[in-house]
Amino acid sequence: MKRLIHSLRELAHYPSVIIGLVIIATLVGLALYAVIKIPYSEAVRLWRGGPEVWGETPRLAAPAWYNYFSKIKQSETFVLDSRDPEASSKTAEILSPDSQYTTIRYTFDYPYDTFPLELTIYFQAKYREKTPHASLTWLTPDGREIRLGQLSVRTDEVYRLSLDDRLTRRLKGVPAHQGLFADPNSATLAPLKGTYVLQIGVSLFEEDSDVDARLVSYGQLYGLAGTDHRRRDLTVPLLWGIPIALAFGLLAAVGTTLSTMFIAAFGVWFSGWVDQLIQRITEVNMILPFLPILIMVGTFQSRSIAVMLGWVVLLSIFGSAIKNYRAIFMQIREAPYVEAAKAYGAGNVRIIVRYLIPRIIPIMLPSLVSAIPAYVFLEASLAVLGLGDPVLPTWGKVINEAYANGALHNGQYYWVLEPAILLMVAGLAFAMVGFALDRIFNPRLRGL
Amino acid sequence: MSVDSNVLNPQEAPAVQRAAGSQNGPLLSINDLHVWYELRKFGFGHAGYVKAVDGVAFDLEYGESVAVVGESGCGKSTLMKTILGLVPVTSGEVIFEGARLSGKNPRELKWYRSQVGYVQQDPYGALPPFMSVRHILSEPMVINGIKDRDKQRERIQRAMEEVKMTPVEDFLAKFPHMLSGGQQQRVVIARAMILDPRLIVADEPVSMLDASVRVEILRLLRGLQASHNLAVIYITHDLSTVRYFSERIFVMYAGNLVEKSPVDELLRDPRHPYTLALLEATPDPDPENLLTFKKVPPGEPPSLIKPPPGCRFHPRCPHMIKDLCDAEVPPDFVISPRHSVACWLFK
Repeated sequence: MKRLIHSLRELAHYPSVIIGLVIIATLVGLALYAVIKIPYSEAVRLWRGGPEVWGETPRLAAPAWYNYFSKIKQSETFVLDSRDPEASSKTAEILSPDSQYTTIRYTFDYPYDTFPLELTIYFQAKYREKTPHASLTWLTPDGREIRLGQLSVRTDEVYRLSLDDRLTRRLKGVPAHQGLFADPNSATLAPLKGTYVLQIGVSLFEEDSDVDARLVSYGQLYGLAGTDHRRRDLTVPLLWGIPIALAFGLLAAVGTTLSTMFIAAFGVWFSGWVDQLIQRITEVNMILPFLPILIMVGTFQSRSIAVMLGWVVLLSIFGSAIKNYRAIFMQIREAPYVEAAKAYGAGNVRIIVRYLIPRIIPIMLPSLVSAIPAYVFLEASLAVLGLGDPVLPTWGKVINEAYANGALHNGQYYWVLEPAILLMVAGLAFAMVGFALDRIFNPRLRGL
Repeated sequence: MSVDSNVLNPQEAPAVQRAAGSQNGPLLSINDLHVWYELRKFGFGHAGYVKAVDGVAFDLEYGESVAVVGESGCGKSTLMKTILGLVPVTSGEVIFEGARLSGKNPRELKWYRSQVGYVQQDPYGALPPFMSVRHILSEPMVINGIKDRDKQRERIQRAMEEVKMTPVEDFLAKFPHMLSGGQQQRVVIARAMILDPRLIVADEPVSMLDASVRVEILRLLRGLQASHNLAVIYITHDLSTVRYFSERIFVMYAGNLVEKSPVDELLRDPRHPYTLALLEATPDPDPENLLTFKKVPPGEPPSLIKPPPGCRFHPRCPHMIKDLCDAEVPPDFVISPRHSVACWLFK
């Protein structure tokens, strides 16, 4: 035990281990954050959600940090809510006991070089019988005032500016999301940068009726990770992919390595037909094709990640590792201290657990750590092949959908690269720790 | 002789205790013991037996020390492992304190194993490298039902003091690789002693140690034998250490005990031609004998799969009697009350 602790302390001498451990710690931290911040049911709802969940995000938007690396500043998505005093000002003027006039005024900067994709105002009105009436005005940085339109505001009124034909005509045939931002002095269609104001005047005809509005400008960029073809924010699957990948990798690696080790020890110690049986099963299993079996399971049984994990562990237990462990155990079995243990009465289980297995832990530990990324990749590969869990958001699923929707063909590189880079970083971290462990426990590798 | 007779005094033998112990028969009695290993062809077909031990019989008194000598491959290790219960008996019986060991009853076997200590040849290999000395010494107790921590500590303390590993606390936390060869062998002896056994089986306990610590380890074993009234089966091929350690000596050849005798008598008056050859082969540091040529019997020890008929030594024996030695197995012929020889010359 002390030697084990000593060996672990030696890890600190390897810079690659420090880097690897820092990455693993970060991933674990992010995984915890994801699970706490977005509970499982919420994650599933967001991942499966349709327009009612993702109404306010643009389709196929690249991440917002694109602008840091580009001269042309693309339009970002922003939402201005009348309930948020920082984004807007809302004043109410009482005209008579049962009528009032509310003014919602949004003042915002538009510093981008491209137009937004859409402009929409979502109203939320509270009234009993008489619907409130709104009139909207748009003020450009150069002082022009554009009348947008008038509408009666029902409970969940949505005003899509680009679909307002009268407005489009007033803007000389240019749809509103371009026309409202267009620079009148420019030869080509280009946005005018500066401070814009949108003013919504609402007449309310009941004493306790109220109106709130949200202006959503759908940009070409959105959030930290961008969105996919179903308007879903990719941060959800990228964040939730961490705990799933880590859990899958860890469970599969620990499950296979430990069972393999115990089965090999069991076979070697009891030898005879037990050993023969284990060896024959291993040999048969080793020639069975791994992936086609998993594809069959995914097609005919279930694509649930737990079922897949079970099959992966089951098929990997009787792998080539059993032969390696067997070779080492055969050597340990002949050690004089094992004979001594038998002579003072140690039973079979005690000899296997207390006398054979401790000798193999230094060999087992590095291979266990190195096996984790292999299973993380396997889970992603299965998802890419369409065998991913149908409910859970995972990295592999993101790549799968990106691939299915021609992301690379359409230049949506972020869609593929984000999950791919996360996979690589996770794999690299475990590999760095695993290699260093190998060097510590098997000192002969050090000189190489 | 490599061991100074002043260091190991054979007169230290605990005669009083031995007499007290022998009141109810021998401690260990072995009758017509055969241990054969089956040879297999292609993993399942039968291809004969290796007759490693073939018809061995002897009695061991309480507190008695016996040396088994013989060259490599003569079956002495198998004999030892059979006594330890590590190898199943093919036929014959092993009777310990009047009870026959069938090897089938696990509880009885466990009790028997707690009564027999084992000191191995290679002290480093005999200690699990991943366990501390404290852990190593507590394992036999845990296995044999001594679970109380205080009792364990007390016994470890006593055993370590007995093998002169003091101060005890300095060694308990150490791992085998931190100890010298002599210290490792002391831990092995402490482990063998920790269950208070009646019998110690020592398999060449000093052959892998430095010449400088051999004497100490032998003296230690001798002292333990005296103070605990231990019976010791001392297995060796080094006759020079036997004289100072054992009271009786068994000479083993090709699975048989060919001569059983008190040590002094055997060294003074060896009878069996093989014993003579063995004594002849012992290195003699006397410079006067520098140019004398030793008479070593020709040939090699026989195959244990197909041993020669009759006396197994007859193909190499200078006194072979035709149609007797190569036809009939010699029985034990009694020379004196404690001295017997399996050789037709003494019919």
